[in-house]
Amino acid sequence: MRKAAAGDAQFQAASDQSLLVSFGQQITLDNHQRVLKLLHLLQAEPIDGIRNLQPAYCSLLIKFDPLRLNHDEVQSRLVPYLARLGKTPLPRPRAVEIPVCYGGEFGPELSDVAAMHGMTPAQAVELHSSPIYIVCFLGFAPGFAYLGGLPEALASPRLETPRAKVPQGSVGIGGSQTAVYPFATPGGWRLIGRTPVAMFRRHQDPMNLLQIGDHVRFRPISKEEFAEFSKR
Amino acid sequence: MSAILVQIPGLFTTVQDLGREGFGPIGVSASGAADPVSLRIGNRLVGNPQGAAGLEMTLVGGAFAFEQAAVIAVTGADFGPSLDDIPVAMWTSIEIHKGQTVTLGPSRSGARAYLCIQGGIAVEPFLGSASTHVLSGLGGFEGRALRKGDRLEFGAVNSLFRKKSLSPKALETLQPRKLIRVTDGPQSDWSPNSSWKTLCESTFRVAEQSNRMGIRLEGPAIPLDLSREMITEGVSLGAIQVPPSGQPIILFVEQQTTGGYPKIANVISADLHSLGQLRPREAIRFERIEMSEARSLLIHQEELMASKELFQE
Repeated sequence: MRKAAAGDAQFQAASDQSLLVSFGQQITLDNHQRVLKLLHLLQAEPIDGIRNLQPAYCSLLIKFDPLRLNHDEVQSRLVPYLARLGKTPLPRPRAVEIPVCYGGEFGPELSDVAAMHGMTPAQAVELHSSPIYIVCFLGFAPGFAYLGGLPEALASPRLETPRAKVPQGSVGIGGSQTAVYPFATPGGWRLIGRTPVAMFRRHQDPMNLLQIGDHVRFRPISKEEFAEFSKR
Repeated sequence: MSAILVQIPGLFTTVQDLGREGFGPIGVSASGAADPVSLRIGNRLVGNPQGAAGLEMTLVGGAFAFEQAAVIAVTGADFGPSLDDIPVAMWTSIEIHKGQTVTLGPSRSGARAYLCIQGGIAVEPFLGSASTHVLSGLGGFEGRALRKGDRLEFGAVNSLFRKKSLSPKALETLQPRKLIRVTDGPQSDWSPNSSWKTLCESTFRVAEQSNRMGIRLEGPAIPLDLSREMITEGVSLGAIQVPPSGQPIILFVEQQTTGGYPKIANVISADLHSLGQLRPREAIRFERIEMSEARSLLIHQEELMASKELFQE
């Protein structure tokens, strides 16, 4: 097994054309910021032969052209980038507000989630809409933003049987994660509400409403407001 | 512009090219042909750049009427192609007259057949690629599988074109494999030796629910150290992830971009096209090889793809 380290970054071959760079084995703001910084640096000053970058909570998966580079070469090309992380500033995060109609037909599991934690649905809504979440990365499907910062009191196990189709815009909780489903896709998270706002806009730039590093807040809206939004 | 009319769509037919790479930061996987080797060869047989868009058919092919003359090639699995009901050869350039119909039937060998047309299928690119991403309804023809009555345009003909065929030797060398070679995955060290033993000494069956997102396998459960906590991370094409059930899933072209299950192995790049030809219920086995060997197998494959011996005129 190929394992090596540079500073606090660890390298590991994930396949014959990808290298996983990990910053620790814990989801922390610090580790996530290192991922973000390395991502930004590699986007600003791309390395020839690197084809794709997949950030996550505390790792960056780097896919390269195996006909031009090997793992050792990618690793040594990364060392100067890693050395600059400490001095790399992050852009000021954007603040994005997402209106959500909680409960009812839009959030069929809101009552279950609330009951699981001994609170009323209103308390669960209050708790879910109070923190500022951080977009840790986009993954799973186009525009699906993994948000960090769900209050521990709302962490809920995934459904035993995932839904074949989760309605577009659904807001769900899966374990200690929360997110909005940008498309009608299969999914196993518990649904607590729905947003009328499009998370993925094919004809807009950027296509994603949310970008990695953004600060997100959910704002509870009524059914009527939801209908109003949907008309726009 | 010239066009084809879909008379019979087939079981699941989509527009595919070699996919869109580099959109991991926005959560979009590469997609692209499930058997890129067959698509690349098909395109070269009709004088296209190897990454032009063609039709990918799955298990059962369709019927396509040509409104204008065209040059086509049928590659991949043998779906018994015919031209106006007369059987035609695969892996060779075929001239089509205006009004003729190309028909493909049920598969006689692998899972996917490709219809490449000179000029390439013309669709509006999404993030630089014509590939259909079915889950999100993006790319390809209206982001979906083809239906009866769809009309697909194709690009200009190439006047410098000369008819050719794939050499029998190259066809033999590029045959899809049932013994899939793998290298270690990022969580290889999570698995006791018994998991490698289970993976490499058992026969697995391709489950019915397999698709372009993932190939689900049925076989003996792969033992894993479940006491370790996995943090969601980026996942690579061909990763063999093991959920708690122990039944492995190979992440495929329309894969999720991140995942939270441990990945004990990864299919080598040179064998990825073989995955695209796996049929439901088919039996496969795995062989563990070193990273350096995986690399030389890919170099060897690409040398063949670039060699003069690939085609004969």
